[in-house]
Amino acid sequence: MIDVLYFAWVRERIGLPRERIETSAATVADLVAELSAREDRYAAAFADLSSLRVALDQDLSDFSAPLAGVREVAFFPPMTGG
Amino acid sequence: MRIAVQSAPFDIGTEAAAFAQAAAEAGAVVTFTGIVRDLSGGLSAMEIEHYPGMTERAIRDIALQAMSRWNLIDALVIHRHGRLRVAEPIMMVATAAAHRANAFEAAEFLMDYLKSRAPFWKKEITASGAEWVAATEQDEAALTRW
Repeated sequence: MIDVLYFAWVRERIGLPRERIETSAATVADLVAELSAREDRYAAAFADLSSLRVALDQDLSDFSAPLAGVREVAFFPPMTGG
Repeated sequence: MRIAVQSAPFDIGTEAAAFAQAAAEAGAVVTFTGIVRDLSGGLSAMEIEHYPGMTERAIRDIALQAMSRWNLIDALVIHRHGRLRVAEPIMMVATAAAHRANAFEAAEFLMDYLKSRAPFWKKEITASGAEWVAATEQDEAALTRW
């Protein structure tokens, strides 16, 4: 089981802030493909990966990163703090 | 070093005075404050979303880097989230060092990194709707100088 979190417009497009899913995805990209195949709203949110960022267990990572041992994955747009 | 991620407003003067007083041996204290601005003339509020847990962790990491790289005596980062009105302070950083060059540079470094590496997302609320603020290429380019 893995916790998947969504923020900002990714959260709005998918329609929920977080969910717990059962997955055998080996990498972040595999997980994205799996989610995108589920429903249109996921496919829409993940349509352009260059406009998305991913964090694994609260550290910025990238889409080719392995998911082994990861408990929390978060998807969000580029950050706009400050 | 103090990191505060909060929805509550803060007072710039009170924070700056307390910070300067605590860093008694510093020859230089630099503070920067970010304010909600209404560039288009139609902004009614700013909503700031964040990633609880990662936010504190990312800011702490950035602040620790600044502390060691510029040999700071102390550093402070306050960043708000939630709904903010025009002219309210969004965030502030303060740096204390022996000399001003380090305090200024460290504050700029903190700002550049907080802008694009701390998990906050701004949304502008206007009479005609709400829109997420897009990150700019300049924000990302600003990191390359460090």
